[in-house]
Amino acid sequence: MSPYAVKLAIRHLLSHPGQTALLMAGVALGVSVFIFMSALIGGLATLLTLRTVGSIPHIVMEMPDRDPAILSPDGHAQVVLQKDLSRRDQIAIWQPVIPIIEKTPGISAVSPQIRGSAFIERGQTVAPVGVIGVMPGKLSEIANIDAAMVDGSSNLPADGILIGSRLARDLGLRVGQVVRLSSDRGRARSFRIGGVFTLGIASADRQAVYMNFTTARALFDLSTGISRIEIRVVPATDAAAIAERLRRSTGLKATSWTEDNSQLFEGLDAQARTGIIIKAFSLVTIIVGIASAMLLSIVRRQSEIGIMRAMGASKGLVISIFVLEGTLIGLVGAIVGAVIAWLALLPLPPVTEVRSGGLPIDRAHGDFLLAITLTTLAAMLASILPARNAARIDPVEAIGA
Amino acid sequence: MSAEAIFSVSGLTKRFGEGEAEVLVLKGIDLSMAAGEMAALLGPSGSGKSTLLTILGTLMRASGGTHDMLGVDLMQASEGQRTKFRSKHLGFVFQFHHLLPDLSALENVMMPAACAAGRETRAMRERATELLDAVGLADRRDYRPSAMSGGQRQRVAVARALINNPVLVLADEPTGNLDRQSADHVMDLIRSINQTMATSFLISTHDEHIAGQCPRRIELLDGRIVRS
Ligand SMILES: Nc1ncnc2c1ncn2[C@@H]1O[C@H](COP(=O)(O)OP(=O)(O)OP(=O)(O)O)[C@@H](O)[C@H]1O
Ligand SMILES: [Mg+2]
Repeated sequence: MSPYAVKLAIRHLLSHPGQTALLMAGVALGVSVFIFMSALIGGLATLLTLRTVGSIPHIVMEMPDRDPAILSPDGHAQVVLQKDLSRRDQIAIWQPVIPIIEKTPGISAVSPQIRGSAFIERGQTVAPVGVIGVMPGKLSEIANIDAAMVDGSSNLPADGILIGSRLARDLGLRVGQVVRLSSDRGRARSFRIGGVFTLGIASADRQAVYMNFTTARALFDLSTGISRIEIRVVPATDAAAIAERLRRSTGLKATSWTEDNSQLFEGLDAQARTGIIIKAFSLVTIIVGIASAMLLSIVRRQSEIGIMRAMGASKGLVISIFVLEGTLIGLVGAIVGAVIAWLALLPLPPVTEVRSGGLPIDRAHGDFLLAITLTTLAAMLASILPARNAARIDPVEAIGA
Repeated sequence: MSAEAIFSVSGLTKRFGEGEAEVLVLKGIDLSMAAGEMAALLGPSGSGKSTLLTILGTLMRASGGTHDMLGVDLMQASEGQRTKFRSKHLGFVFQFHHLLPDLSALENVMMPAACAAGRETRAMRERATELLDAVGLADRRDYRPSAMSGGQRQRVAVARALINNPVLVLADEPTGNLDRQSADHVMDLIRSINQTMATSFLISTHDEHIAGQCPRRIELLDGRIVRS
């Protein structure tokens, strides 16, 4: 690329400021669409992920399934181990496991729980519920129950329970009332409703009942073991890798939230593909715009090109001039567009603070550098063909000698 | 033919089109010019003046015959070689100035040299300033073509033709677009350059007044030289 080509390209762009500015504005518009789409798609993905993982455990640890297995497969006799239904799935020796989990990098919260099914009865009404027994001080480790309380208090005395607002409405329950819970182990006792919460997750608000760890132990007839350990990690997207590490270090079954939410990921994938199509269109628009502008400009400047060729300019020089012009339009337009997009996105709140109804646009997902690079490449590509046309101009015809 | 001929063509033909539409425009031209010569090329419209100048300037290839210049066989040379040859040894002035509108007078004069070198150099700038001085436009060096008169533009075009110190300048009706006074000004200029720099000029024209200022007279009629 000769300095003279650079000089002539810049000189021509500066000599027609209006036309140059218009072309660059077009490119800038395409680039801001590109960045806006990236930020929106990325922000939506973050928001959906945040909403999904907000109140659920990122990793659940349980006893490994004792699936039927064939023992001694090479012998003549076949011995089959059947699924053991005589014992309950409980983590019998769990105290030593907790420190191991807590020391694993990325873990932000660990909550051993006793889980079980029960019926809640009030008068003639009966509803199935899932009981969650949590250790003292660990009530809000996984779902933030404290923040979700709408009535009563989140204290959990031995005879107190917390229920979801849907359940309270369905059964007409209020704080202070007494209900009876019968567990699937055949035990039953009365509890006072200490508080009502709204998590915003239908299943939890309709079926979850929180109670004291020790009380749950008695209700479900578990002398020492626990049902599961729920874990939260930072960042949530690392859950699968951390689960794998925990599986190896503890020998327990560790299920990451990503395994249970494949629909979310399919949705995010589809959304990302839509974004790519829109971004591709904005690039195509830029290519078409620059290519047609360059073609027109070359027709208009035929005699100029002809005279340069007649005076000894090589085809390479002519090609360089026009490719440079197109590329400069793309580069400057892209930078301007990126700056405008950045400024426009500046006042928007971060995704974590988006209220419902607001657009979850995340500047961090704006792909600013990618947008600038792709646009500049597109502009260069768009000007190659016109530039080659320019180099083919016959000086004799162009000059009209 | 003198010993120091800068170019010579013989039996040079040029045909345009094919089959039915074929026309023979140059019908066997034999011509040579000596270094430092200044010749007028005359002939009625359509006789082939522009075509001959274009071929001599390596902007177009002849259909037949020989074309040698400075010891180079230009009929056999490749397109790239011809482009280099053109930029090194030939200068052009056309009826229309064809200055680049985005460049100043000085930059326009430097253009053929800068194209060849890939950059503008201080030496070029100095040479271009001298040339602009020689054509009487030292005070217009930073003007764009749009801010100059037709005569001034054509003088810039003459200066541009000289920047690479060509041995031969081909001028196709260089004054065809100018009034008598400007035309005389340009011709005076060409004559003085011809004398001081020993650059050869071949100038096509319809104007006897212009032709009268050239020591040699070449007449073309229907694709043949009838007087040289
Ligand atoms: N590209 C071309 N295709 C076909 N015919 C052509 C072409 N260029 C020139 N001619 C023909 O060649 C002949 C000579 O043209 P040329 O331009 O050389 O004439 P000229 O002597 O310069 O005339 P003028 O004095 O009008 O400029 C004309 O008959 C013209 O029609
Ligand atoms: Mg002519």
